[in-house]
Amino acid sequence: MHKLLNDSPGEEIMLLGNEAIARGAIEAGVAFATTYPGTPSSEISLNLFQMSQESDLYFEYSTNEKVALEVAAAAANSGLRTFCMMKHVGLNVAADPLMTLAYVGVTGGMVILTADDPAMFSSQNEQDNRYYAKFGNLPMLEPSSVPEAKEMIKYAFDLSEELNQPVLLRTTTRINHSNAFVTFGEMKPRQTKGKFIREPLRCVTVPAVARQLHSKLLDKMNKAKGLSETSDFNPVEGSGKAGIIVNGVSLHYALDAVEDLGIKDNTKILRLGFSNPMPEKLIKEFLKGCEKVLVIEEGEPFMEEAVKAFAQEAGLTIPISGKSEALFSRLYEYDPAMVREKIAVFFGVDYTPKTKLDTADVPQIPMRPPNLCSGCSHRATFYEVKQAAGDMDIICPTDIGCYTLGFLPPLNMGDFVICMGSSVSTSCGFGQATDQKVVSFIGDSTFFHSGITGLVNAVFNNHNFTLVILENDITAMTGHQPHPGVDMERFGLDGFGRVNIEELVRTLGVEHVSIVKPFKVKKSIETIREALEYKGVSVIISREPCALYAKSMKLLKPRAFKVSDRCVDHRDCINTIACPSFYLEAGKVKIDADTCVGCAVCAQICPENAITPLKK
Amino acid sequence: METTRLIMVAVGGQGNLLASKVLGEAALISGVPVRMSEIHGMAQRGGVVESAIVFGDATSSIISDSEADILLGFEPSETLRALNRCSKDTKVITNTATLPPFTVSIGKGVYPDVENIKKLIKAKCASLVAIDAMKLAKEAGSPMSVNIVLLGALVQSGSLGFTKENVIEAINRRTKKAFLDMNLNAFELGYEAAQNYGN
Repeated sequence: MHKLLNDSPGEEIMLLGNEAIARGAIEAGVAFATTYPGTPSSEISLNLFQMSQESDLYFEYSTNEKVALEVAAAAANSGLRTFCMMKHVGLNVAADPLMTLAYVGVTGGMVILTADDPAMFSSQNEQDNRYYAKFGNLPMLEPSSVPEAKEMIKYAFDLSEELNQPVLLRTTTRINHSNAFVTFGEMKPRQTKGKFIREPLRCVTVPAVARQLHSKLLDKMNKAKGLSETSDFNPVEGSGKAGIIVNGVSLHYALDAVEDLGIKDNTKILRLGFSNPMPEKLIKEFLKGCEKVLVIEEGEPFMEEAVKAFAQEAGLTIPISGKSEALFSRLYEYDPAMVREKIAVFFGVDYTPKTKLDTADVPQIPMRPPNLCSGCSHRATFYEVKQAAGDMDIICPTDIGCYTLGFLPPLNMGDFVICMGSSVSTSCGFGQATDQKVVSFIGDSTFFHSGITGLVNAVFNNHNFTLVILENDITAMTGHQPHPGVDMERFGLDGFGRVNIEELVRTLGVEHVSIVKPFKVKKSIETIREALEYKGVSVIISREPCALYAKSMKLLKPRAFKVSDRCVDHRDCINTIACPSFYLEAGKVKIDADTCVGCAVCAQICPENAITPLKK
Repeated sequence: METTRLIMVAVGGQGNLLASKVLGEAALISGVPVRMSEIHGMAQRGGVVESAIVFGDATSSIISDSEADILLGFEPSETLRALNRCSKDTKVITNTATLPPFTVSIGKGVYPDVENIKKLIKAKCASLVAIDAMKLAKEAGSPMSVNIVLLGALVQSGSLGFTKENVIEAINRRTKKAFLDMNLNAFELGYEAAQNYGN
């Protein structure tokens, strides 16, 4: 049985933050869960997906976050406890339903989780999604630790049912990807079938209805404010004239700092865990006892601006600071030493940080950027497109996935990325705005997510570019989740449909569609060249399963290659495709037999035919 | 309880996440509070994987630059890269077996000399234990057990506040049964190598 399904209240177990959140949802009796995978949220959905195969929990990988939220919104309006999770930028995709779902509300408890990524460990921006709560009028909870995340999601379901309003649970990477001991609680029974009761004056948002709903929404948020004022998730610790207001993981940096600096007896700390709506009275009361207040929050001055406004209303003129040149930055994540130093600066406490090591005599260490795997078909496709394009002046819009790494040398295939699906639509724009040849790249999962509409646009407006769809049969980047093109029988699951990308693309009206097998180098280059010469929209589907996935599913039996004596050191292999299985030994190129999977791309480009199968 | 801050750096695929799980389990068995944080977004694609493990009373789950009490490096150039996490008080334990990044193969960097790495760390930090964990892992039965070899060295050299027996129990609980004998062997080899280091 899945470890998170154990009915063993009191069991203490080390869990990843994302596992604790999944367990919390199960303890709350969640019946219906949807997502589109995205780091740092992916392990929540992975665990729910696994648990759905062993229980009556309904879970789906939806095609994108907007779809996921809409599917979940229907379940939550049929009375089910519903959980929809995504990474922070996913909430942008889901923002359209989010804003009006807030008006309509829910009948069953609904939690929407946004996993923010300060410092952008695996994201294209570090937007602060707390503003969505304010923007959309959603109650918001923010945990400060892994065990608290589990408790908070349980409360979030209760709160949602009390207000008939979806609740936003906002985490950051350091919650999602931290481990801590968590104690299992009781599991509420799941109610897995609901009933939709027709209420057109609540659920059909024509203007006359929506006007009423907006007013009711403000009433709900007023009620939420009352709950926030007395919430256990907004505790004040300690007493004194020095005030600290903090949220999320920064709470622990502040607690440790206050201890380390020896100012515990003179400092009080307000942690906002129920942070929208803000507890106005509580904050004003807190400020009244303080001589100085420091607001510690990663990201934007979300709390700081509100706190300053409350102080103004309360007629308080005490110094309140947070984001400034001398104090905290709006950039990246915080850490314990930084918070300790800023607290010392602000409150005038003596503090000597640890002396940094002098590293002036340390030689430069070669970079270790992430790389496409050994035997990754994307590498082959990039190489072939490059060869086929020859000296054409090309622009390569690319997209979000492993293949974004193709922008690195020596492949250098990737010129423009802003968000999921943008490769296709920006190709429309580049093709129209320039005379350069546009060749863009998108993965299969990303194509389903939001590439299709761009391609419809391209056909309708008669744009001019070549789109390469990298069909590797899986959502690789986030850890091998399925997508609508995947054969679910490979997962041992039946009852799923399957969408064929080639048929879909032809049906959309793309006239020039070709298929390549990227490990057949010469043939692929010829096919790609023909597609590049086509005036209008051409699509190349490059078909080869993700090597990492194929290996883990035992669909691929690696057979390593070696560099034979015929090698005269052209190094075309290393210099043009740079597979991580190559290494140099005494100035000669070698292949690491432990990692080579035998795609044989290098063997096909070696001018001396010096790369041959390793006979064991 | 006094706080001990441990940073582990490795290359994706070296198994440092399993090593941190074993340490977490050992802490649970020993009644030592622990919090851990990992950065593993690109782990499977050959990037650097870092775990921060905080034992004791501090409540933060990450470790600032210059504040690691112990640095455990699974690969020598990565150990060197992580020197910014250390101070003159840091104990360093490193594998000496190299995994040069592909940037070296394509001529975008030179791999530093391992003897020089050792010399630099020794001069700057409180102590250094440098062992060929790959050789010992192969001796134990598989290159895959390099993480457990290093764990053995860590438990011998570090002051983590729990016993060797508790770590062995944690290995029992957290690693696959099929590899248990190999892992226990690997743990002993790492433990001994650290004990004999410099003698």
